[in-house]
Amino acid sequence: MLETLLEIRDTILRSKMRTAATGIAVASGLFLLITLLGFSNGIIHTMQQQSQGLALDVINLYPGQASKPYRGLKAWRYVPLTERDRTMTEDVFQRNVRSTSVQISQDNIYATAGKQTLSTTLSGVYPDYLHTRARNLAFGRFLNRKDMTERRKVAVLNEREARILYGHAEVAVGQLLRISGLTYTVVGVLKQRMEDYGSEMLVPFSTLKHIYNKGENVNQMSVRTRNITTVTQADSMENGLRRMLARTHDFDPTDKSAVWTWNAARDAQSVNQATNVMTFSFWILGLLTMLSGIVGVSNIMLITVKERTHEFGIRKALGARPWNIVRMVILESMIITTLFGYVGMFAGVAFCQWMDKNMGNQTMDMGFAQVQYFVDPTVGLDTCLQATLVMIVAGALAGFFPAWRAAKVQPIEALRG
Amino acid sequence: MIQLKNIHKTYHGGTELHVLKGISLDIREGEFVSIMGASGSGKSTLLNILGILDTYDEGEYSLAGTPVRNLSETHAARLRNESIGFIFQSFNLIPFKTAQENVALPLFYRGVSRAKRNALALEYLDRMGLKDWATHLPNELSGGQKQRVAIARALITHPKIILADEPTGALDSRTSVEVMQILKDLHRQGMTIVVVTHESGVAYQAEKIVHIKDGLIENIEEVTEQSRSPFTMNGVMK
Repeated sequence: MLETLLEIRDTILRSKMRTAATGIAVASGLFLLITLLGFSNGIIHTMQQQSQGLALDVINLYPGQASKPYRGLKAWRYVPLTERDRTMTEDVFQRNVRSTSVQISQDNIYATAGKQTLSTTLSGVYPDYLHTRARNLAFGRFLNRKDMTERRKVAVLNEREARILYGHAEVAVGQLLRISGLTYTVVGVLKQRMEDYGSEMLVPFSTLKHIYNKGENVNQMSVRTRNITTVTQADSMENGLRRMLARTHDFDPTDKSAVWTWNAARDAQSVNQATNVMTFSFWILGLLTMLSGIVGVSNIMLITVKERTHEFGIRKALGARPWNIVRMVILESMIITTLFGYVGMFAGVAFCQWMDKNMGNQTMDMGFAQVQYFVDPTVGLDTCLQATLVMIVAGALAGFFPAWRAAKVQPIEALRG
Repeated sequence: MIQLKNIHKTYHGGTELHVLKGISLDIREGEFVSIMGASGSGKSTLLNILGILDTYDEGEYSLAGTPVRNLSETHAARLRNESIGFIFQSFNLIPFKTAQENVALPLFYRGVSRAKRNALALEYLDRMGLKDWATHLPNELSGGQKQRVAIARALITHPKIILADEPTGALDSRTSVEVMQILKDLHRQGMTIVVVTHESGVAYQAEKIVHIKDGLIENIEEVTEQSRSPFTMNGVMK
């Protein structure tokens, strides 16, 4: 084997121009492949990061307006959601509901800590808020059941608000906060999310309802489901909820605008589908790029084989078996492909790193939120190993036909020289 | 050493070409035989068949006791490598390999290690007086030197027979004499040699001349000392 490799080294070094031409074709092919994969990774990572904020077992409902007249009631009347709807949901859908929660909010609130004052919105939430909104705690604890039942004056802030009020987010826990003339204790800080906009502070639902004298109506109801595994099941659950609400609030059960719904499972499915389609199409693109590379190498190898007909004739006259010739050509093709493939791959990886550095952290300012649109556009070691394998296989494939042609050279050719 | 019995060969090109029309020939071990004929007589085809570079349609051929018939390419390659040393008119050295690497090449296909075959190649080049030229490429050598490299390459495998196709065809008269002298020396050491030529001066260096005409053996001439003299009408002088 080593002998054959040394033999090939001679032939490769002999025709530097040809080798370089072949090599550049392969190198640029691999460069494109890696860059494409890096690019698609950047987009996929972005989608994944955005869909991380999804808890898959959640259906959210928001009050809407009935768009159709129903049983003598006019169209475009407001349809409220109430705390009673929450308890009723738990009763009606016992088998498929893990928990329910509702949320109310109070706008135009001023929160003061020391000399800092912040205009914000106060939201009254349930302890399962962390799950239904897929939020994470940075410091302290979240609101719990006891806070709810005792209507404690405790608050959870976002990192941004905590930083503004107390200088550092990590010192906020345990500090006091004055809101509308009452003193609250900060018990926790939530990790900031890029796409959160506006200012919001969280207090127990019961506390807010009591202090601001809210009625029965709520801004939002969240249902955590259980025993629901497919998107179809999630859809029928959503429809069931709508029918139940249609009965209590007298609207057409097919009226989608009477109650707005957001179904995480279906959302996740469409994100998944989009990611899959993209991965698939980039693979196809990559493979086509590779294919054109293979054809290029194969072509140049064919020309080489033709040029070397006389040499192969001599070799055969001197005792080279067909297999010796086949192995020599295929190995040569594989070596050229792999060697220059690596050059292209490293260039591609370097380019991806450059993209990551220059574009990966860029955010798009959408006015109300900062959106990162290109997250980590790089390829992993696994992709590089796969690409190596692809190159070796591609090299063998590219060399196969030329090798077969070379093996068919008759030794009489040598005498015709 | 070589036994040919009623060998026929037809080429199926545009028109059928019956090149060999029944050649029967015995070449004993240690013989030095010339095959002579005009171009188109079928002498090169005969040499190709002898060298297992080409197949024949009819007849029997045995080389050193081995019947040569319907061999696989792999088997034919092994037989060529083990039994036959080729010398060609156009030398057929590989242009990007040094003299030493060219000489060593047949041993590569025999699986001899690089160091061993290079050492052996140097030894054979030395025998041809070309030790100092070992690292030169063929295009840095003169015609006579190239042919001596080719002879070294033919000898390195200890073949049973040397087949030479117009070995002096591309050489001037002085180097022709040198090359033929080498072949004669090899013959004296016991090598079986078959030379194909159309030059009588070359043919008469052998012991026996097989005259071929239109695909048949015309006659076989035993060479006398007198007819080999350069001063006769068949002399080596061109």
